[in-house]
Amino acid sequence: METYYKPDDLPKFPEIGKEAPELAKKFFDYYNAVFAEGALTEREKSLIALAVAHAVQCPYCIDAFTQACLEKGSNMEEMTEAVHVVTAIRGGASLVHGVQMRNVAQKLSM
Amino acid sequence: MKDDYALQGQGLRERPLEPFPLALSKHSLSLRRGKTVTLQINVGLLCNQRCLHCHLSAGPERREIMDLDTVEAVIAYAARGGFHTIDITGGAPELNPHIERLIEGVFPYASRLMFRSNLSVISEGKRSRLIDLLKKRRVAIVASFPSINEAQADSQRGNGIFQKSLAALQRLNALGYGLEGSGLELDLVCNPTGAFLPAPQKEVEKRFRQTLLKKWEISFNQLFAFANVPLGRFRTWLEEKETLAAYIERLASSFNPCSVEGLMRRSLVSVSWDGYLYDCDFNQARGLFMGKRRTHLSEMSGPPLEGSPIAVADHCFTCTAGQGFT
Repeated sequence: METYYKPDDLPKFPEIGKEAPELAKKFFDYYNAVFAEGALTEREKSLIALAVAHAVQCPYCIDAFTQACLEKGSNMEEMTEAVHVVTAIRGGASLVHGVQMRNVAQKLSM
Repeated sequence: MKDDYALQGQGLRERPLEPFPLALSKHSLSLRRGKTVTLQINVGLLCNQRCLHCHLSAGPERREIMDLDTVEAVIAYAARGGFHTIDITGGAPELNPHIERLIEGVFPYASRLMFRSNLSVISEGKRSRLIDLLKKRRVAIVASFPSINEAQADSQRGNGIFQKSLAALQRLNALGYGLEGSGLELDLVCNPTGAFLPAPQKEVEKRFRQTLLKKWEISFNQLFAFANVPLGRFRTWLEEKETLAAYIERLASSFNPCSVEGLMRRSLVSVSWDGYLYDCDFNQARGLFMGKRRTHLSEMSGPPLEGSPIAVADHCFTCTAGQGFT
């Protein structure tokens, strides 16, 4: 069955540079610099990326950063906790807007 | 331009798989033997475990075991070989009935003896005499320990093995193994629990050291992180998962020409359970004889000659990926 998301498309990501090579180079240089060891380790950055990949629900990113996390030495327990962190933030972001709901409701209610 | 976009963390490199010899020649490299200082002895394929990553497909059903005549031939070879290190492996070498004779026999002929253990046999408490011998002869124990996560460790090695491994490590620590200043070396070998490359060795060692000490009061000396070799049971597993091609491509795309010089096999000769010689344990699994000729160690007057070519195949990408297999 045809699908918009194909695993074989992931390695084609660099082709995005064909129509705008300078912009692509800036992006990929920046991207590689971001993930290099800094104040945070490469392993920690990959865990953050994995969590964010779930928040933005990008199948390519989940595929790539699951492998990256494993190859940086994270285990399934840590990776699962990272997904729960992003889930808590996403859920919390919805729930905290309940305060606005309450504010509006209180303003309109007797 | 595409190589500029090799995304760190994503491994996005478009590169068709090339044969290993071509990868070497593109970097003006060839794989030839240096001075052979290590004799690796595989005492058989019998093992109490059936690990999914095992390149030799070792297991309880295997009957290939080094017999006493071959053990004596190995001891004689060790005596005339002038090896610095002797590395005893399997299967589970604890299960070879002649293992104590082998250790005692080769002990005088090498500065360093290594004994590879899967830890679960030792944890059963039936091998006190063997452990006493290892301690008496100051044999370094090199133990498989893939993960500090129980589920992942057991997924590779079998249910309950993680807990048995912890018990064995605690027992070895109690005997002085892995403790600073004891002179009793306890090293860990960490293989990935799946079709991915190992994490940087120093980082894994640091994390394992902290976690093992904090959670289970376990100490060790060094940790070695090695990639899984796509042979034997691991290859079958990759095929079943339909990830064999992707895994080999992952290895090949991580080819590090700087790793070739330090490859362990350049300085090692591997003896199979029946006494034949290979350039390494992986070639043994593949059936690639040393020098492409079936040579029994009784035919050898000494170690293999320096400069002689080493048999290679595509599984060799495993040992040249990233930091290499040294």
